[in-house]
Amino acid sequence: MRVGVFICHCGNNIAGTVDVKAVADEIRKIPGVAHATTYMYTCSEPGQDEIKQAIKQYNLNRIVVAACSPRMHELTFRRTIEKAGLNKYYFEMANIREHISWVGENKEANTKKAIDVITMAVAKVMQDKPLFSSSFKINKRVLVIGGGVAGMQAALDCGDGGLEVVLVEKSPSVGGMMSRLDKTFPTIDCSICILGPKMVDVAQHDKIKLYAYSEIEDIKGYVGNYQIKIRKKATYVDWTKCTGCGACMEKCPSRNAYDYFNFGVAPTKAINIPFPQAIPKKAKIDPNYCRQFTKGKCGVCAKICPTKAINYEMQDEIVTEEVGAIIVASGYSLLDLERLPEYGGGRYPDVISGIQYERLLNASGPTAGHILRPSDNTEPKTVVFVACAGSRDKSIGVPYCSNFCCMYIAKQAILTKDHIPDSQSYVFYMDIRSPGKGYDEFTRRAQEDYGVKYIRGRVSRIYPKGKKMVVRGADTLLGTQVEVEADLVVLGTAVLSNPDAARLAEKLHISYDTFGFYVESHPKLRPVETNTSGVFLAGACQGPKDIPASVGQGSAAASKVLALFSKDMLESDPAVAKVNINKCVGCLKCVRTCPFQAIKENQLRDGRIVADVIETVCAGCGVCTSTCPCGAIQLQHFTDNQILAEVNALCQG
Amino acid sequence: MAKKRYAYYQGCSLEGTAVEYDKSMRVVFDALGIDYVEPEDWSCCGSTPAHTVDHVFAAALAARNLSIIENMGLDVVTTNCPSCLMAFKKAQYSMENDETFKEKVNELLDEKYNCGVYAKSSLQILYEDVGLEAISNRVTHIIPDMKAAPYYGCIMNRPPKIAQFDDPENPISMDRIISALGIEVCDFAFKLECCGAAFGVPKRKMVNELSKKVIAMAEDAGANCIVVACPLCQQNLDLRQEQINQTTGSNFNIPVIYFTQLMGLAFGYTPKELGLDKLIVSADHFARSRITKQEYLEREKAKEQEKKAKKEVKKQETGEEENP
Amino acid sequence: MDAINLTESIDWEFIEHVKEESGQDPALCYQCGNCTAGCPYSHYFDYPVSQIMRLLQAGQKDTILNSKAIWLCATCETCTTRCPCEIDVAHIMDVLRIIARRENRVSEKDIKLFYDSFLDSVKKFGRIYEVGTLMSYNLRSGHLFADSDLGPKVLAHNKIHFLPKKIKGSDKVAKIFDRFQETLKKHG
Repeated sequence: MRVGVFICHCGNNIAGTVDVKAVADEIRKIPGVAHATTYMYTCSEPGQDEIKQAIKQYNLNRIVVAACSPRMHELTFRRTIEKAGLNKYYFEMANIREHISWVGENKEANTKKAIDVITMAVAKVMQDKPLFSSSFKINKRVLVIGGGVAGMQAALDCGDGGLEVVLVEKSPSVGGMMSRLDKTFPTIDCSICILGPKMVDVAQHDKIKLYAYSEIEDIKGYVGNYQIKIRKKATYVDWTKCTGCGACMEKCPSRNAYDYFNFGVAPTKAINIPFPQAIPKKAKIDPNYCRQFTKGKCGVCAKICPTKAINYEMQDEIVTEEVGAIIVASGYSLLDLERLPEYGGGRYPDVISGIQYERLLNASGPTAGHILRPSDNTEPKTVVFVACAGSRDKSIGVPYCSNFCCMYIAKQAILTKDHIPDSQSYVFYMDIRSPGKGYDEFTRRAQEDYGVKYIRGRVSRIYPKGKKMVVRGADTLLGTQVEVEADLVVLGTAVLSNPDAARLAEKLHISYDTFGFYVESHPKLRPVETNTSGVFLAGACQGPKDIPASVGQGSAAASKVLALFSKDMLESDPAVAKVNINKCVGCLKCVRTCPFQAIKENQLRDGRIVADVIETVCAGCGVCTSTCPCGAIQLQHFTDNQILAEVNALCQG
Repeated sequence: MAKKRYAYYQGCSLEGTAVEYDKSMRVVFDALGIDYVEPEDWSCCGSTPAHTVDHVFAAALAARNLSIIENMGLDVVTTNCPSCLMAFKKAQYSMENDETFKEKVNELLDEKYNCGVYAKSSLQILYEDVGLEAISNRVTHIIPDMKAAPYYGCIMNRPPKIAQFDDPENPISMDRIISALGIEVCDFAFKLECCGAAFGVPKRKMVNELSKKVIAMAEDAGANCIVVACPLCQQNLDLRQEQINQTTGSNFNIPVIYFTQLMGLAFGYTPKELGLDKLIVSADHFARSRITKQEYLEREKAKEQEKKAKKEVKKQETGEEENP
Repeated sequence: MDAINLTESIDWEFIEHVKEESGQDPALCYQCGNCTAGCPYSHYFDYPVSQIMRLLQAGQKDTILNSKAIWLCATCETCTTRCPCEIDVAHIMDVLRIIARRENRVSEKDIKLFYDSFLDSVKKFGRIYEVGTLMSYNLRSGHLFADSDLGPKVLAHNKIHFLPKKIKGSDKVAKIFDRFQETLKKHG
């Protein structure tokens, strides 16, 4: 056994707080270590070359690199030693950066810990066995979760690239948040005019299969071969028959249903098509408001429907689709006004959210594009916008910036002046965040050309006084308290992750941050990948972002899937569980504990029942190995012997 | 189960300018069967002036009382005055969370305090421990003409970390108690706005101006009575109301009544028993306009029937049928 | 106003002192102005509360301790309740006032006198004797007739006692004052 150990300085990242030379000297003393050295950047090309040369020069057959996290460069170095002729599983990585140099300042203690960690890696690499990947076929279909602009872009790009796409949207129409917007910054082009054609493309694309008003029920499988269970929620309207004529909506006597599309700006009918450009343009019943459901009698829509599409007995339906990759574009949600009690907590009708204001501005909104304040349907002359309504606010658990409020507030202030020329808008802001192309100029235009008064300070309180809403804030530049008597107040409410983001993440086996936003594989270099291979991210489910960024990510995720599907076969990871049939007693505890359903029962020729691992399904989590009462099932590359060798090395040291 | 016994800390101002708050609270507590005893020989809580000197010193003045209560074997002290309440709560909070602070406080005391007493306002006891149902059941009289603006003052619910009661931006406990008495409550935006607090003597003009804003907002909201829970607020709004009129050119004449007095009126007690005569701006007309609950219910019923009858007539006239 | 020489005038010790005594970190403040926006006393302050916070970040000890704002703050807790950075601003104001008093810098003498009269009453009687406190304040401040218009009102409604009521344990309360003075002397 001839082990080579390569210790990386990582510039000053490691060498700054670990005495790497001393570590190398110590490691060299371990029996079996034939070579130990340090290098400034082991991952660089010359660094990798040095490993290759050392393998030849010292006749090394096991390699340890002590550097960063294996998440970062394990694959890099496995490739390096493979090129030098070694099996790539004769390799261990000791993480002395994230686990040591970045977290401790005491150089002496760090150095000692580094020696311990590398000693363990050496002990393990000596126990490592050569492993070989097998290859399997890819199902070249892709699932896109979420039909907002990011998801639609991803679906269209995949479809245009020749892939079959399954697009699942939880609301009755695709379009997402963008379909609610009136105009878009900084060009003031009509949102639905540029989005509408994309929505139609999605509907008409022969490669895209759309499941609207549907949700992901369950996900099984692995990259290349996923089985997806989709819940088609009951709409109580047979969409194969519905023509979207709207007769039902017109005659429906229940007029007070909550309008999800319009964010409750005005009520809608219990049976409704969410908006004129909806895709699919189909009606749906809201059983919380429909009299047939709440009172047990009505039936008006069933009588009126010319195609007899109404079905009050409809149940949710589960369908299964098989795909090879998944793009998650599940979007975001907005802070509820109730969370802002000092701004009225939703009790005052003339204090509304930015997205509600979009609907008031929009020609197909409830006011047909006339800005009318909700309390008395009059035109507001003084409109106050409050930026950071909940954002950058640790006290309510949203310490981050919501990214696009500064911009849409400038846009809404400009549009307000367009709609009501004798109006005056005020914007309370903390910082104007407008780093995009043409963005800062846009916020300047609001102030210079449209006379919007920007006030640098937060708003402390909003309260009614007669027919006005008093907005009490600070002008920190003047160093004083200020008050504006407004007719209408628009709050730039904080962007939140979806309420069910965590549940979906758990189905996908991807990670999410404290705030429920999905975590990308690398914040700079792998922005649309996740740490689960085959699952990609696009849009605001990863963090607040505006339309151009979301569209960019949609395309990026699609290109990642197209690249993945450019091969016909994928290599499997051989670090999976393996059953020793001589030891297995057939208790099948492992079958029951496996979270991936990767173990099945197998009858041998002699009639004996044993467990059998489906290699491609096994995710290598190791739950089965700790469950097995007789040690018959072992996770390759992490066997009991290999792990105990590490433990022994640590305890003896 | 034995009934919960509370220690009742009266506080200095309830011996003097706010004697009617003390009087009416006792009436209400007795009426609702709340068991309370007074700690013997209590002293001033320290209030605002003490915490301009030193936090340990301020806590010690408060903790002397808490220690007396602890030795009586009681674990909850109730007080009417938010200033006393906060002095107790802050002392308790700091001593519980900081061992060295606790030691320093105890060094100033004769009897060590072991942090076993929690302060609750009488409002909190009535709202949470007694409950709206029991209060509503005890009502015998309604004041149909009253439109009340509930004024909590700034420190009954804030800061939330220490107050631990009701909402720090839109408290509703007093609103609901007043509603439970059958009295109309206005949507009053300045429930928590500061009246000027203890600056009345050294900064009279400032206090008058701040109090004016509170009264003006109550009148804007359509109130004909301000209902308070703090003796200092009451003093600033009632005793100083004429000052406010002189200083700011306003012309207010609005009664400022303690919520316990209002409860007493609804429970049928006489104005005298509730110290209504102690108010500077008289609230006697509300006492006079009281009607019995029975009478009130009959009146409401009659109104309802009249409405129904009118609707019926209209229907027949237009001949319109209701939607299926 | 002269330029503030930040290299020379930042009093780091003062910042640390306030930090320690208040348990609050002024560096958390990002100057949104919410405290000023909600403060009922903003109009009366010489420096609005957000600027006091800013001055504290800049270690401008003298400006802060000589300000009227720290004495005019009534601890109504609005700033603390609404601070998005979860800073107990009212508590910092409290600490600044205590430090000012300790260093004998009192920009609002009447307010301090009123507090002193109040505490004298507590020390003497164990409780507040309202008439005595007011009279003592009037004598010491020279505002002989402050609130004298209220006299007839409280008299007419029989709201006031003319004789102080001394509690039995008033000596014990006085001892708290004495011991506190001793600790002050001990720690300088």
